[in-house]
Amino acid sequence: MLLINCPYCGPRPEAEFANGGQAHIARPADPMSLTDDEWAAYLYMRDNTKGLHHERWRHANGCGRFFNASRDTTTDVIKRTYRMGERPEAEHQGAKP
Amino acid sequence: MTDTYRVRRGDGAESRNAVHFTFEGKSYQGLAGDTLASALIANGVHLVGRSFKYHRPRGFVSAGSEEPNALVGVGATQSRYTPNLLATQVEIYEGLVAESQNRWPSLETDAGFLNEYFSAFLPAGFYYKTFMWPRMAWKKLYEPVIRRMAGLGRAPAEPDADRYTQVFAHCDVLIVGAGPAGLAAALEASNSDATVILCDEQAEMGGSLLSDRSASIDGMQAADWARAALDELRKRPNVKLMSRTTAFGWYPHNFVGLNERVTDHLANPAANQPRERLWQVRAKEVVLAAGAIERPLVFTDNDRPGIMLADAARTYVNRYGVVPGKQVVVFTACDSAYRAALDLKAAGAKIQVIVDLRKSASGHWVDKARAEGIKVRSDSIVRGTSGRLRVKSAQISNAQGGDAETVACDLILMSAGFTPSVHLFSQSRGKLSYSEELRAYVPGESVERERSVGACKGLFALDSVIESGAKGGRDAAAKAGFPPRGERSYTVSARSVGADAFIGSVMADHQAEKRAWVDFQNDVTAKDVRLATREGFRSIEHVKRYTTTGMATDQGKLSNMNALGVVSKQIDVAVPKVGLTTFRPPYTPTTFGSFAGQSRGDLFDPVRKTSIHPWAEAQGAQFEDVGVWKRAWYFPQVGEDMHAAVARECKATRESVGIFDASTLGKIEIVGKDAAEFMNRMYTNAWTKLEPGRLRYGVMLREDGFIMDDGVVGRMATDRFHVTTTTGGAARVLSMMEDYLQTEWPDLEVWLTSTTEQWSVIALQGPNARRVLEPLVEGIDLSADAMPHMSVRQGRICGVPTRLFRVSFTGELGFEVNVPAGYGRAVWEAIFAAGKSYGITPYGTETMHVLRAEKGYIIVGQETDGTVTPDDAGLGWAVGKAKRDFVGKRSLSRPALVREDRKQLVGLLTTDPKAVLEEGAQIVLDPTHPIPVPMIGHVTSAYWSATLNRSIALALVRGGRSRMGEELSIPMPDGVIKAKVVDSILFDPKGERLNA
Repeated sequence: MLLINCPYCGPRPEAEFANGGQAHIARPADPMSLTDDEWAAYLYMRDNTKGLHHERWRHANGCGRFFNASRDTTTDVIKRTYRMGERPEAEHQGAKP
Repeated sequence: MTDTYRVRRGDGAESRNAVHFTFEGKSYQGLAGDTLASALIANGVHLVGRSFKYHRPRGFVSAGSEEPNALVGVGATQSRYTPNLLATQVEIYEGLVAESQNRWPSLETDAGFLNEYFSAFLPAGFYYKTFMWPRMAWKKLYEPVIRRMAGLGRAPAEPDADRYTQVFAHCDVLIVGAGPAGLAAALEASNSDATVILCDEQAEMGGSLLSDRSASIDGMQAADWARAALDELRKRPNVKLMSRTTAFGWYPHNFVGLNERVTDHLANPAANQPRERLWQVRAKEVVLAAGAIERPLVFTDNDRPGIMLADAARTYVNRYGVVPGKQVVVFTACDSAYRAALDLKAAGAKIQVIVDLRKSASGHWVDKARAEGIKVRSDSIVRGTSGRLRVKSAQISNAQGGDAETVACDLILMSAGFTPSVHLFSQSRGKLSYSEELRAYVPGESVERERSVGACKGLFALDSVIESGAKGGRDAAAKAGFPPRGERSYTVSARSVGADAFIGSVMADHQAEKRAWVDFQNDVTAKDVRLATREGFRSIEHVKRYTTTGMATDQGKLSNMNALGVVSKQIDVAVPKVGLTTFRPPYTPTTFGSFAGQSRGDLFDPVRKTSIHPWAEAQGAQFEDVGVWKRAWYFPQVGEDMHAAVARECKATRESVGIFDASTLGKIEIVGKDAAEFMNRMYTNAWTKLEPGRLRYGVMLREDGFIMDDGVVGRMATDRFHVTTTTGGAARVLSMMEDYLQTEWPDLEVWLTSTTEQWSVIALQGPNARRVLEPLVEGIDLSADAMPHMSVRQGRICGVPTRLFRVSFTGELGFEVNVPAGYGRAVWEAIFAAGKSYGITPYGTETMHVLRAEKGYIIVGQETDGTVTPDDAGLGWAVGKAKRDFVGKRSLSRPALVREDRKQLVGLLTTDPKAVLEEGAQIVLDPTHPIPVPMIGHVTSAYWSATLNRSIALALVRGGRSRMGEELSIPMPDGVIKAKVVDSILFDPKGERLNA
């Protein structure tokens, strides 16, 4: 069970959290102006990262807040958690954030 | 029987209390502190089981948790019976009852032994090759027979009478294994403010030190030093010692599962003690001191009772005071077996010969054996054995072949060196590296915050073991933030036994090899493994699955390296290239009870009940599960079946008034300056112009355009909405709303609060609903003009504050009375009493389903399946066309979602009005079409409608709305049912009743 450091509550066991998929995918400001392909890319296309991956978590059975985590998918090591609206650490931005 | 194999050790063994137990129905005596294995060996019993496939007689191979053969069932009653325990781990107590497994009619004369005579026909992959045909025979004939023949223990026939608990624990340093390395690590790590847990799977801590008669530490004999160290640790308040506790699994982020066996060794456990505790430990740092496991040698007939690992025999003699045999042949590829031989000789056994596989045996231990008059043969092998229920002799020859000499014996000791126990390290995703010297894998690069010390790291000399343990303990405490206050030094006096090792079959020419076992528990021989390579399997993962080597409950603790050795030699590929099978938890079999803990019976799954639930129960309602809710399904009266009850409930509601508990509906209070804007973005509908005091049916989509949830929403004030969701969707909807609010639109000033549990909801439906409610309500004018359909008023009912909805899910004049949940039942009973003169009838979810289906109202999850758009469901009217954006809007114009031939919701009326369709049934145009018949839709809802006196159905049909009047076919197993496509609203299409 992962130990996840909620930026609001501190370290808590994984069972308190819900994973929210890849982070830093902003909903387009004006969806109707997008082509079908652009919209499909937003809807469905996600990275399948081997290595450091920025992902969203929600402290569902705790404070209820969403936040981001930079997790290595090969080792499960979480390098850092950070709040919504913040960017991943520069050295963690190897792939595309 | 008397324990003629007991040896006096001079350390107080004679003062241990006698303990009586039974095995296979026979009574025996052992001594306190014995395992079932050591007690049976003391009585000269070696035959303890039959092998898995060939039912060969089998005896003890080891003295610990790696034991492959000695599986026993323990327990005098079925409710306390546990199968598949290891006799080498079971501690005896007064009155213990144990039996062997996988034998019939008895252990000595077992009918399954017939398999032995057909063994030539039972090679690797036999099951896959033979039982292919005919297909039906597998289930009916082959599988039941094979299961009976090849088996482990039987599951007990009664529920487990014991209690199991689960505990969470945190510590700075967790040390796994309390042998020399683990003890040194604990002494060092706890010489600081770090909290330390030291656990060990055995009853007594000390590991190999307890079996060591020749080494000394700090001037004390090894076992005494261990006890002194434990005394010291016990005095330290920051140390927790846990014996009989197996670290069975490593999970991410230093989360380690421990299984503590609390009462299994007690004759009379206290009533309040659980049988086992599952410890879920989160450790800042972990020290793995798991030790090493001795490897068997692979030679012909190496599986007879009385053939045992050399170091196991040393443990039986030195630690338990029993000698496993009196005439001993030793077969070895390393020095440690010499040490064992000398200890057995000291205990009175006769060592016939030491057969050494190595070209020229020499050095301290060899010299010492020779000096004691023991015959040593270098460059030699045991090439065969005899003896059916116990080994009788060994055939010994030169390693390269030649004439064999037969030597009588009742015990053969074997040793191919030691395999480090890297299980937990590997589970932690640490990388292993192969040591050519040790012929074994050792820990390489770590991923988690742990370090391996001692034998599990590949160190076998006692001084280096202790040194590495001490260093690891200091390192762990320091890394956890608690640098130790100092270092202590250890004076170790012990002769090293080196690290010579061997893997694979001992036979240079394997043509001469008969059956030499690699995996005792799954009955896999070296020949089987070679056969797999001949048939093309080259990866060890494939060889393992084909031959089942390493797949038994011991997970190949003894067999994996030997199997690798056989494959490596056979296909001439280096061991690391052949690969390594994956280590998976649990390290040793762990009871289901431990994992289940308290989650059984009433605590297995949480149940949600409404405040009105007890009333419905008292009325004899039948309940159905909706999510974790219990909902009243129907209210049968005496003599009624469900069909009759539902027909009566429907009729009463349509003709007068019905009452329904809708409290399980999800409810969310949405409040704030931007509440209406938030609603606009989340729902398809337009909300800006909805006035306070009005209700609207809202549809929510996922971003991909498909219906996610629906519900009636009340605007309570300009900045406040009372949102209802489906019963099962409440949590999902709130979570999705939070997601958008927190991550996409944090600028909106809106707060979301789940109020599902705060409101009881009483639905009152039928032409007399208003008349029943009117006298109970204060401050609300219920008249049709003052309170039209789809409006909400706040006031009081029976003196209790209410949000009163005028809304209908039945098509009748209807109200939903929301009151604080604590008043739910009182208000329900008051309404019910007031309705008596109108024949008020409680109805359940089944009647609710029928009534809404007659009106063509959808249920999300029944008419929808995650691929249905609002237009598909006939809800196009609920989509705000003028809105610039809402969740899912862009997807609604994707090409696939605007196709003409999408499945659309329609009504179906069967040609035979008595035929009720089956929900989920497929709809076709031409049932005579050759298979596969194109399917154009499916039935989503189907009921008998008492109101219409015929069957009704809703269905999703390709281009359904353009097929009105068309006759479609629904093929069923007993014939094709014909049905006509009609509008989905089958009753009161103009809605005159609900607007009354």
